[in-house]
Amino acid sequence: MEWYSIDTWIVVVGALAAVACALLGNFLVLRKMSMMGDAISHAVLPGLAIAFLITEARASLTMFIGAAVVGVLTAVFTQWISRFGKVDEGASMGIVFTSLFAVGLLLIVQAADHVDLDPGCVLYGAIELTPLDVVWRPVLFGTTLEVPRAALVLAGVTLLNVGFVVAYFKELRISSFDPELATTMGINSNLMHYMLMTLVAVTTVAAFEAVGSIIVIAMLIVPAASAHLLTDRLWLMVLLSCVFAILAAVLGHLSALIVPGWFGFADTSTSGMMAVMAGVLFVVVMLSAPKYGILLKHIRKTEAVQ
Amino acid sequence: MNVVSKELSSHSESLPELKSPLAIRDLTVAYHRKPVIWDIDLSIPEGKLVSIVGPNGAGKSTLIKACLDLIPRSSGEVMIYGQSYEKERKRVGYVPQRESVDWDFPVSALDVVAMGTYGQIGWFRRVSKRAKALSMQALERVGLGDYAHRQISQLSGGQQQRTFLARALVQDADIYFMDEPFAAVDAATERAIVELLKDLQKRGKTVLVVHHDLATVPQYFDWTVLLNMRVVAAGPTEEVFTQENLRRTYGGKLTLLTQAANEVVQSR
Repeated sequence: MEWYSIDTWIVVVGALAAVACALLGNFLVLRKMSMMGDAISHAVLPGLAIAFLITEARASLTMFIGAAVVGVLTAVFTQWISRFGKVDEGASMGIVFTSLFAVGLLLIVQAADHVDLDPGCVLYGAIELTPLDVVWRPVLFGTTLEVPRAALVLAGVTLLNVGFVVAYFKELRISSFDPELATTMGINSNLMHYMLMTLVAVTTVAAFEAVGSIIVIAMLIVPAASAHLLTDRLWLMVLLSCVFAILAAVLGHLSALIVPGWFGFADTSTSGMMAVMAGVLFVVVMLSAPKYGILLKHIRKTEAVQ
Repeated sequence: MNVVSKELSSHSESLPELKSPLAIRDLTVAYHRKPVIWDIDLSIPEGKLVSIVGPNGAGKSTLIKACLDLIPRSSGEVMIYGQSYEKERKRVGYVPQRESVDWDFPVSALDVVAMGTYGQIGWFRRVSKRAKALSMQALERVGLGDYAHRQISQLSGGQQQRTFLARALVQDADIYFMDEPFAAVDAATERAIVELLKDLQKRGKTVLVVHHDLATVPQYFDWTVLLNMRVVAAGPTEEVFTQENLRRTYGGKLTLLTQAANEVVQSR
């Protein structure tokens, strides 16, 4: 295996996307709305398409805004349908995101087919190509860094999410644990919900272009779920989820380069491998976690019987 | 109208209605256009321990949540110390039903109690050392000092309920709304809660409690609201808690309750 500076950038871009998602994912998992990330990441498609149709260009900013708006609308529609339609939250989420996703597909196929707006690219992303789009060349310790656009964008989003979680830590904690009490105290749980959903939408869209929705969906749920098995402290859970996200990115790219070789293939999709690694890490934690792990629970039980 | 105000003033200890900790006028709440509570008028005097009693689906929780602006009102108004809830929210404490939260949430008992101080802390500020010390004191007062750092799923049902009460204590409110604090608790917890309620009353607080065990109503509460979509009766427990009123509240399902009412009669 050979390692180039391109590989470093691929890992950096993957890790930034993973951390940005994992930070928010903690609160999705704890609010029992993990699938909201899945829903939003599919539902933004018509937003991308409409923004494209209006501007007739793949200008990032307008597509970004279009997608973010539709992402927030997904959260709003989901809540409306479950409140007024006597449909439970999961089902109404399913209704909203499949409908919007389908509208997005129709728009792309009918109106934008002649241009390069590839739904496949949205799913798997093109993380391997991100290092080619260099936008910034700072000189650091005598070497020139070639910073890709994706790394800059995702670093910005990661910073935004870190800021959100740190600044609103106490509000996120109480509104996730006991939304009604929070609301009676003047900490509006609904407002927190929509702030979280807006950031999920923004993060999703930013990560999409670079790494594809597979990573987004996986990283919104899996690192947080792994971290929850390891600790009873919320801040530690948030920290651990970031560690798992970075580990998944590093191990994912490494194994994308190495593992296919064992079976006589060339290297494989890095995005896919990063998501797979997040899953592998979860299984390891689920088996071996000291308190909630299956193995040690089983051992404790057999010891108790004897 | 004159008769009503005369009646009110005849309870010499009750303050004028304007200053009442809780005054409700014409309150109606409906889900999907079906009314859950209908045309509620209530005025609770200061410093009372109040039980809210009624059959399942009578709208007891709905009444509390409508007072706290947690669910939209179809009509009517709620005044807390003569002001809107919005203005007086710092004087109001709330203990939700125990099943309303996820006890696997990664927080300790102390973390949960400290949440009671969040309303006073304000946005962007951290929980201070003083707030943590207060929370610890409150935990000790409900007998859970040794459990402060346990994750909350490792507490028994009664201990979880006491954690909620400790949280209400640090809120340091003047009027409390408690949704079934006695639900499925052990005898020790029940005694601890009653003691706590009486103590709150001694300090001049007003406490409204959704309660299910009719047998203990006259023993624990000095004021009672009988609710079944409408207010069937409200007033001092010894006046209101009669077999006739209970029959009107619970309809035909009274056979089980006759005994409770008899006990009341005997206890006088």
